[in-house]
Amino acid sequence: MPISTAPAEGVDDGAPVTNAAKPAAHRWISTAVGVVIIAFMLFPLYWMVNVSLQSGGGAVATPWFPAAPSLDGYVQAFNDQGRNLVTSLVVSLGSVVLSLIIAAPAAYALAQFKIRWATWVLFGVLITQMIPGIVVANALYSAFSDIGLLNSLPGLILADSTAGVPFAIIVMRAFMGSIPPSIVEAARVDGAGQLRAFVSVVLPMSRNALITAGLFTFLFAWGDFLFALTLTTTEDVRPVTLGLYQYIGTYVSDWSPIMATAVLSSLPAIVLLLVAQRYVAAGVTGGAVK
Amino acid sequence: MSTRADAGTLASASDAAARQPRGGVQPPSRGGRPGRSSARTKARIAELAFLVPALVYLVLFFGYPVVKNLLMGFQAYTTKTFFTGEAPFVGLDNYAAVLSSSLFDKALLNTVLFTAGSILGQFVIGLAIAVFFRRSFPLNNVLRALLLLPWLVPLIASAAVWRWILDTDYGALNRALQLLPFVDGNPAWLTSTSLALIAVIGVNIWLGIPFNATILYGGLQEIPEELYEAGALDGATGWRAFRHITWPLLRPVVTVVLVLGVVYTLKVLDIILGLTNGGPANSTQTIATLSYVRSFKEFDFGQGAALGNVLVLLSLLFAVVYLRLNRKAVDE
Repeated sequence: MPISTAPAEGVDDGAPVTNAAKPAAHRWISTAVGVVIIAFMLFPLYWMVNVSLQSGGGAVATPWFPAAPSLDGYVQAFNDQGRNLVTSLVVSLGSVVLSLIIAAPAAYALAQFKIRWATWVLFGVLITQMIPGIVVANALYSAFSDIGLLNSLPGLILADSTAGVPFAIIVMRAFMGSIPPSIVEAARVDGAGQLRAFVSVVLPMSRNALITAGLFTFLFAWGDFLFALTLTTTEDVRPVTLGLYQYIGTYVSDWSPIMATAVLSSLPAIVLLLVAQRYVAAGVTGGAVK
Repeated sequence: MSTRADAGTLASASDAAARQPRGGVQPPSRGGRPGRSSARTKARIAELAFLVPALVYLVLFFGYPVVKNLLMGFQAYTTKTFFTGEAPFVGLDNYAAVLSSSLFDKALLNTVLFTAGSILGQFVIGLAIAVFFRRSFPLNNVLRALLLLPWLVPLIASAAVWRWILDTDYGALNRALQLLPFVDGNPAWLTSTSLALIAVIGVNIWLGIPFNATILYGGLQEIPEELYEAGALDGATGWRAFRHITWPLLRPVVTVVLVLGVVYTLKVLDIILGLTNGGPANSTQTIATLSYVRSFKEFDFGQGAALGNVLVLLSLLFAVVYLRLNRKAVDE
């Protein structure tokens, strides 16, 4: 996929032709190329689904297509990992709630209040992105062990939010900066306190930003592997990511339940992309380039 | 005393007036009126309260770990510590042990190769895809949305499927390769010491393409179409348009993508543990995975912390050097 593909087209045309003026056939060729690119990129995900639907996918070559799909893999995946899926769901939802409660007021304060050291706080938030998860896990392990948060849902929720909180602050601050201060001030003049103005005016207006931040916080916590690996030691609280990792270690004789688990663990991402695509797109760009 | 208080109140009142330029809503300055100062302080505290939960969280879950790791790096922090509560200070022993281990050089080299290879691949392919998607064609939006999927799926799920795709005997990749006429032999992607790192880098490139392509696409969209039209009049089309219009204007976005990319890639752990567990024979061990092994496999948290600190240092070094160089390049 050399960079020169797009420019080469300009040469073909001879003159700068606007896209709309191109013949329809030409544009469908681009679509075909695009489909090939995406097919290459999504092949592993197709393979995941394909293998998950094969029955008795032992140590033999998997057929290229699920000609005779079987749900045995999923049955076993639910038997082995059902509990872990629930744990993942609880931890992820908990992390969304915690992250938004912490991040929304902070994002608002950073966006709207005239606080002199606000840039320093924001800088600190950005710096957190450089701190490796293993450093956090290293310190949290001993701290959690002292206060009894190892192998607990609250412990995982707190640790998993290390991805969500900074991200949510950055995304929501960018949005809340565009709320006209006069709207908030109007509410304040009507006698609303700072907190009430925030809850009844700012939050409803920031619905989209809250959804975007919430979606990604969910996906971050759902996909977390490092904290699950380091901060749990028993099977009591075991997210599906860790369940999958242990599957790979022990079960390699039959790949269909492993891939069924992988598909199940990928479902939230797929569903969210289908139903909330515009929020996802907003989050990807909003998080990196404010 | 009272004059100073007045002066202070006046100063802060004028300060407030100056910082509240949006006319109309703010009542006219009521300078020296008593009680104004405490009301302002109260308002100020109410404002700060919005930040408190976030500050507390950031301090506890980022500040504390960083400080704790710095300390642990100087301590003999082992399983015993969890029973006795004692972690004697041992000076630079952990760093000496970590740095003198032959594994460190290997892990450092792997970290650099892994990061450089991943970033190079992700960026070049991501940029090519971003440029491609600037064309307008049917289904463009749908395809771009689908491109995000590999990035949103849990890393460990991706690692699991790649493990099976890269399997030596039955993996999809080798079976596809065998269909080609000129290839013989089954490359042992994940189980040979010479190929494992390459395979892990390849998978990580695949993972990073969506992010790079999406951000770069966003940057490309910001470049006004008129510039290309004007450039075309001067004969700048194709590669020359890319070099002289696209690349300079894309620079800020490129900086963000590269800095974030390197910083994130340096600390990658999931994908390596999922694919190879650092093996075979440590051929995919990086500083991050080695830190994990020392702390959570061998329960030598002191050495694990020392390695974690090396990782933070690498990250900081890169960010500072890159941003410096970049600023210089922009100035020139």
